[in-house]
Amino acid sequence: MSRRIYVNGAVWLLLLTAALWLPLIGGYMALASRVLVYALAAMGLNLLLGFTGCMSFGEAAYFGLGGYGTGLFLTHLTHSTVLAVVAGTIVGGLAAFLFGPLVMRRRGIYFAMITVAIGQIFYFIAERWNSFTGGEDGLAGFSRQPLHLGFATVPLDAVAFYYFVLFFFAIGAGVIALLLHSPLGHTFIAIRENRRRAQFLGIHVERYVWASFAIAGVIAGLAGALNALQNNFISPINLYWVESGNLVIMAVLGGMRSFWGPLVGAIIFVGIQDYVSSYFPNNWETFIGGLFIVAVIFFPNGILGIVRWRMKAA
Amino acid sequence: MELLLFDGFNGLIQGAFYALMALGLSLIISLNSVINFAHGGFMVVGAYLAYTLAPYIGFWGALLAGPILAGFIGIIVERTLVRHMYGRPDPIYSLLLTFGFALIIEDVVRTIWGAQGVPFEIPAALGSPVSTTYFFLTGYRLFVIAAIAVATIALFAFLRLSRFGIRIRAGILDLETVSTLGVNVYLLRSVNFAIGTLLAGFAGVLAAGILQLAPTMGDDVIMATFVAVVVGGIGSLLGSVLGGLLIGLAAGVTTAYYPAASDVVIYIIMAVVLIVRPRGLLGQEGLFE
Repeated sequence: MSRRIYVNGAVWLLLLTAALWLPLIGGYMALASRVLVYALAAMGLNLLLGFTGCMSFGEAAYFGLGGYGTGLFLTHLTHSTVLAVVAGTIVGGLAAFLFGPLVMRRRGIYFAMITVAIGQIFYFIAERWNSFTGGEDGLAGFSRQPLHLGFATVPLDAVAFYYFVLFFFAIGAGVIALLLHSPLGHTFIAIRENRRRAQFLGIHVERYVWASFAIAGVIAGLAGALNALQNNFISPINLYWVESGNLVIMAVLGGMRSFWGPLVGAIIFVGIQDYVSSYFPNNWETFIGGLFIVAVIFFPNGILGIVRWRMKAA
Repeated sequence: MELLLFDGFNGLIQGAFYALMALGLSLIISLNSVINFAHGGFMVVGAYLAYTLAPYIGFWGALLAGPILAGFIGIIVERTLVRHMYGRPDPIYSLLLTFGFALIIEDVVRTIWGAQGVPFEIPAALGSPVSTTYFFLTGYRLFVIAAIAVATIALFAFLRLSRFGIRIRAGILDLETVSTLGVNVYLLRSVNFAIGTLLAGFAGVLAAGILQLAPTMGDDVIMATFVAVVVGGIGSLLGSVLGGLLIGLAAGVTTAYYPAASDVVIYIIMAVVLIVRPRGLLGQEGLFE
């Protein structure tokens, strides 16, 4: 128990002080924001993948929808960055909530396939509906606006935006943590461990899968909203199934049984993408693919999985 | 009417092509229990190898060599990587492993042959239209359909008539029993994986004559192939053929009426199938759940 407090304290301390130590090891704040954005999306996905045991392969749909929600909201309706984030989160969450009943009955590979199908439908809508979404070229022409805090106006430069993202990341991570310690979270884990037994115990498994799917969608929408603001741009690629696969990679690479696993996975994934592509501009995929194969074969429980295993052995 | 015929025929070709891909994927899913995300990658590899070899051994030689090399690479991958996945009941690991491998294939192909698409030359004899009224009936398109039909029939004959093929079918039903009866199931799975990737390579070479070759061409095809397998029913080879033809035709007919929806229609079909009849057209219930 106390170990958990130390680990959590260390993680938050590192995240809060990133602006101080990150430049020392050659990083930059936009990179840190990107890590947090993807970590948040992967943590949301992991609620479904690692804790409820449902193989979602279409999480990019809600990630991208959150982005489009935010982008369109900023373009047409408001200049408030915070309201735009809320709008994107609602769009992503609402879509997941509405499509939940379609996916909640499916299991295993069928669950993966129906989530892919829904994701691809959104992808092609975003790609083809030129007048509304900007089509294949993506949606540009919006930008994150300065924050009005009442006593001061803060322009969202790289450092300020990192803390803006961190604020929402903390909310998202806090919600997931609370959830996992609540009866609802325990029910999710029960479904993962033995779906049939959970059913015998009188749990409405499908309803809980729906809940997990919708909550993951809310988190993905939030992350997608932040992603759109990070780039001031959103493209159909963010909805494509490959993006969903990347989120799954992050969760599994870091460790899908661990709370912080997706964060570790996102650090590695985004870090490799950034670091390797500055030396081998076109070949970072080989590195990530190779690392991923090694991970799946030798440590299927992810990087945090090895750490935990070693701690148990010691 | 002319337009509908044109798009319908295009859809049929595309469907035949999906059917061939789905057949290989279905074999691998059924016997190896591996959700092979790299299947599109093997298709791309087969096509590019054929493209490189064609100037030396001609179109017909490349049409044979490309798929055989893809099958050979399939055996290597199965022996080195995929075999680690056999003991794991959760299909997610095989899916993720092959996903990682697909990333590598795409990257390597881009590095060797470039990110730009390259055209693939087909023999002049096959390139000309067969009739003037139906201008879209080039000899090559008819040849593609015939070649896919021959390959499909040959595969089914192999699975029905040869001892090895019968063992593969038996293994799909119950691998443990087949193993107990003294059949080398390791060899069985390796060869089966190779047949699957060989079919993917064959599809790639055939497609190369119609489309341009591009490193990313596997990304869209692999998803459509999964759609074909799911619509036809996981575990059913005949179902995969039907599923492929069905979604190809549906995409073609949609192009005639509402082109913007031609890509999305196959996913709508899959979603409807998964909701109404989750096991697909001819699949068994409960596989891979």
